[in-house]
Amino acid sequence: MLGLYLHRESVIHSLPAGAKLGGLLLVTVLVLALPGGWGALAAGSIGAAVLVTARLPAKRVLAELRAPVLMLTLLFGFQALLAGGGWEETAVAVARFAALILLATLVTLTTRVMDMVDLFERLFGLLRPVGVNPAKMALMLALTIRFIPLLGEQVREVRMAQRARGVERNIAALFVPLLVKILTMADDLTAALEARGYDPADAGTTDSKTKNSTQR
Amino acid sequence: MIELRSVTHAYGDRPVLHDLSLRLAERRIAILGGNGSGKSTLARLLNGLIVPAAGTVTVDGLDTRSEGRAVRQRVGFVFQNPDTQIVYPTVEEDLAFGLKARKLPKDEIARRVAGALERYGLDRYRHQPAHQMSGGEKQLLAIAGVLVLEPAYVIFDEPTTLLDLRNRRKVIELLRGLPQTVIVVTHDLDMVKDFDRALVLENGRVVADGPPAETVPAYIERLG
Repeated sequence: MLGLYLHRESVIHSLPAGAKLGGLLLVTVLVLALPGGWGALAAGSIGAAVLVTARLPAKRVLAELRAPVLMLTLLFGFQALLAGGGWEETAVAVARFAALILLATLVTLTTRVMDMVDLFERLFGLLRPVGVNPAKMALMLALTIRFIPLLGEQVREVRMAQRARGVERNIAALFVPLLVKILTMADDLTAALEARGYDPADAGTTDSKTKNSTQR
Repeated sequence: MIELRSVTHAYGDRPVLHDLSLRLAERRIAILGGNGSGKSTLARLLNGLIVPAAGTVTVDGLDTRSEGRAVRQRVGFVFQNPDTQIVYPTVEEDLAFGLKARKLPKDEIARRVAGALERYGLDRYRHQPAHQMSGGEKQLLAIAGVLVLEPAYVIFDEPTTLLDLRNRRKVIELLRGLPQTVIVVTHDLDMVKDFDRALVLENGRVVADGPPAETVPAYIERLG
C-alpha cells in the first residue's frame, strides 16, 4: 500500500492526483454497493487495465498485495468461524478489499508524492476555519512517507549492533537506542527544514519578500 | 560579510563559545577544531539556526536574532548527515522542496530543479527514491538541495566525514567550483589546503587564525 512512486511515461502517470483519488473513491463506492462478487470483479478488471496502461511491473505490484490479502483472509476467516458466516461471503469480502488495495497501490505508484501532498494541502485548506494549518499537515504527510524507509533502516542498524554484541531479542535494548536515534534525527531534521527556508510560522501564507533570489 | 561581535554561547551551564569577535569576508574559510571545540555551534550561529546567548552575529548587516529568516535565505547550510536533510522521497521532489517553501512560481521551480539535476549529475536519479541512493549520492543531493536556493554563502558542517574517497573527492571538487562564499567546518585538513583562511577553535576560543599554511601546522601541533 505504501509503494512509492514508480516513474513511467504513461497516461495514468500524467493524470492529476485529484482525478486518480476521485476515481478511487468512486470505484470504492461501486464495489461496496454492487452485490456479490461483481464489484470486486469490476474493480479487479479496472486494476488490471490500469496496471497494463501504466506499464508497471505486475510482479512487483502483486507482491505488495500479498501481506494485506493474507491478513484479510485471516480476519474474515476468523469472523466466518466465530460469527457463523459462509465461506462464500468471506471470499467475496476478501476479493473486494484486495481489489481496492490493488487500485490504491496503483494510485500511489503512479502519483508523485509532491502532487499528492499538493492535493492534500488544498483539501486540508477546507479545515483552515477550524485552525488546521494545511501546509503543516501536508509537510507531515510528506515526511511520514519519506521517513518510513529511513526508520526501517535505523531499526535494522540497531538490531544488527545488538546482535553483534550477542543480544538476540530484547525489546528494551532495541527501543532505547532507537528512541535516541529518532529524537536526534527529529532535531537534525528541524534544523535542516529551517536551513532550507521552511518557516513553520509562515507555512501556508504568501510572502512576496521571499520571492527574491539571494544570489550575490 | 559575516560579522560576529563579542559572541558567547552556552548549552545550559556548559559554555561553548567565549567572547568571539570575527569578520568573515574571504571566499573560502575553514573552521577547524577537535570534538567539542565549538565549531559546529559557531557554524549554526552563522545562519541563525541558533542565536548567541550574548553578542551579535550579522550577515550583510542583517542581525541573525531579529532577521533570522532573511539571514537563512542568504546563508545555505549543509549538514553532515544527508539522511536528515532530505525531506521528500524522490530526488526531483526534494530539490523542489526549498523553492516551494519560498513560494517561488511553478515555472521558476521547474527551471531551477532541471538546472540543478543537470549541474550536479543527478538527472539519471530524477525519479529515484532517495533512500535507495548511496551515501555519496545522498550527500550530493543534500548539497544540491541547498545550492538550488542560490544562497550567497554556503556553510558545510563536516561534508566529507561520512564519504568514501571517491565521493569525498567529488564533494571537494564541487566546493572548489562554487561561486559563493564557502565556510567549511571540517577535520579534513587536505581539503582546506588551498582555502583563503582557516580558523582553529579550542574550548570555544579561536587559538589560530590565518592562511591554512600557517594555521593547519599550528592545529596539528596543538593536537600533540
